Amino acid sequence: MAKKRKPTRSRKGAAARDRELWRQMLVIRRCEEQLARSHQAGLIHGACHTYVGEEAIATGVCAHLDQRDAVFSTHRGHGHALAKGVPPRELIAELFGKSTGCSDGRGGSMHLFSPEVGMMGTSGIVGPCILQAAGAGYSFKLLKNKQVGVAFFGDGAVNNGAFHEGLNLAAIFKLPTLFVCENNQFATEVPFEYATGNTDVAQKATAYNIPGVAVDGNDVLAVHEAAGAAIARARKGGGPTLIECKTYRTRPHAEGMRDTGYRTREQIQAWVERDPLKLFRQHMLAAGSASEEEIEAVDAEVKAEIAEAVEFATDSPWPDPATVADHIFSE
Amino acid sequence: MREMTFVDAVREGLAEEMAADPTIFVVGEGAGVRGGNFNTTLGLFDIHGPERLVDVPISERGFVGMCAGAAMTGTRPIVDFMFTDFILDSIGEMVNQAAKMQYMSSGRLKMPLVLRGCVGVGGSAATHHSGNYYPFFTHQPGFRVVYPSNPAEAKGLFKTSIRSDDPVLFLEHRLLLGARGPVPEDEDLTIPFGEARIVREGDDITVVALAVHVDRTAAIAEQLQGEGISVELIDPRTLAPLDMDTILASVARTGRLLIVDETYAPGSIGADIAAAVADVAFDDLDAPIRRVNGLHTPIPYSPPLETAAVPQDGDIATAIRDLAAE
Repeated sequence: MAKKRKPTRSRKGAAARDRELWRQMLVIRRCEEQLARSHQAGLIHGACHTYVGEEAIATGVCAHLDQRDAVFSTHRGHGHALAKGVPPRELIAELFGKSTGCSDGRGGSMHLFSPEVGMMGTSGIVGPCILQAAGAGYSFKLLKNKQVGVAFFGDGAVNNGAFHEGLNLAAIFKLPTLFVCENNQFATEVPFEYATGNTDVAQKATAYNIPGVAVDGNDVLAVHEAAGAAIARARKGGGPTLIECKTYRTRPHAEGMRDTGYRTREQIQAWVERDPLKLFRQHMLAAGSASEEEIEAVDAEVKAEIAEAVEFATDSPWPDPATVADHIFSE
Repeated sequence: MREMTFVDAVREGLAEEMAADPTIFVVGEGAGVRGGNFNTTLGLFDIHGPERLVDVPISERGFVGMCAGAAMTGTRPIVDFMFTDFILDSIGEMVNQAAKMQYMSSGRLKMPLVLRGCVGVGGSAATHHSGNYYPFFTHQPGFRVVYPSNPAEAKGLFKTSIRSDDPVLFLEHRLLLGARGPVPEDEDLTIPFGEARIVREGDDITVVALAVHVDRTAAIAEQLQGEGISVELIDPRTLAPLDMDTILASVARTGRLLIVDETYAPGSIGADIAAAVADVAFDDLDAPIRRVNGLHTPIPYSPPLETAAVPQDGDIATAIRDLAAE
């Protein structure tokens, strides 16, 4: 079981927390940058949706989870897998299609599984993760084990029936479930303000009589605080919470895709200025959580880890074609 | 041996399994306090309470998806969907999620999910309460599809379904729910998937019939025996996996095959069985493979229309006589 973090007020404790959050965000960022390069090099055979610009959300939420808590994710799920404890080498190997990948090469970017650390899958379908996280909540309620189910999904899922049915079921059964909407404002290229009658996602929680909170999704401490309160409440039997994290993806919907015609360079640049890593770096320096040298040292370590992960993935064997129809059934 | 109805026998199996395993829970519209629209859970709410006999809102996609998530995380949900027609809203959760989860996770997640409900034509239930749909599910890798024909086997197969770590569609023909039959008093009564039953041995023609047509065809076969036609009748009991070995062994002896299936002919179980026999046992055949199916039409309400849509006993008898004469 991984460490259980509790909110701390001491400066020393806050600094330690900040350094952990910083390292986690950096692991996601450097991993995604590497995957983008690998995609350009033709080493990733299918889709690759990066999480660049949204790192603070997975990092801030998963800091409160241990391996027994269950995370259900979406197509933009690399960050969730990493924050939940999937090693970068298993993520990169999976996208390279290798047998050492977290799904043994069966899944790729959109089907990342590592139940050993509570990563219950990313998905190529928008919406089901919301229902499955409610289902994990149902299991944990029945088993009385204080664990929580967490769904990460984008603004595109909010107009889907799964969102409404899932929140309602979680509400009536008071399930220990956290619904995290990563509102990056576009469903691929369709603006959220076009696609919904009410752009206030957090407010939609009131339709199901559960708490709804909106936070700055690029502020890892804001996410951390909101998620911490919601998860603590869920573990105590207080039921589900919807958290809307307002954010932005600064890379295309998927690597290799056209990224023009639906948003402006100025808009992208404005959000790059509010990059979650940049903001948190400023915070750490101002709060005295880490020095420039310490921040850079972590970056060097993370870059080395990612480089080693790429080497591991490159050197790993392909899956054995004889295993293609294994695991359709339990036996 | 004692006699029970189909519904009562399956409910007894459910009660035994729920008493033995506290991780089993049932969800359904009216499956809680009310005891199920077809009495499928009658009396169990008083024993196990609202967390295990769970009334749910009319959110088929929602509760099927929720139960898929529960099955991945340590409990064993049973979805009681009343009429199978109602769960078409959840087809994505079933096909894309429940059926593929074990594969996608390389066997590290299990999916002990039972999806049970009523199928079939009868009683002027009309279009939205008469569907069959099992060929949808046998077409997809990852499902077990169970379609029993009598109370004892329904109980045994239901217990196997609950104990399975795979997603199982347990389909109950509406005209069988009240059917009575002998049921042994045996708490360990289980029937493995993929084992057909030879209902009746014969030499001239092999008939494969499903669910409600098994007993009907057995009665027809008794009559035809008097005409000198000896029918071997096979009930596959599970459609996925399908016990082709038993069917092939029978056809090797009789040289003739008729498949009786209430639902549509295109893309059906009968088409699969016929193709499999033609593939590997063409030389065993002394006549073309024949099929009796319902018409390829939505199911109508008015009794004469409803009767015209699905195979009647006379259609089956005629098909057997014709095939025996070929």
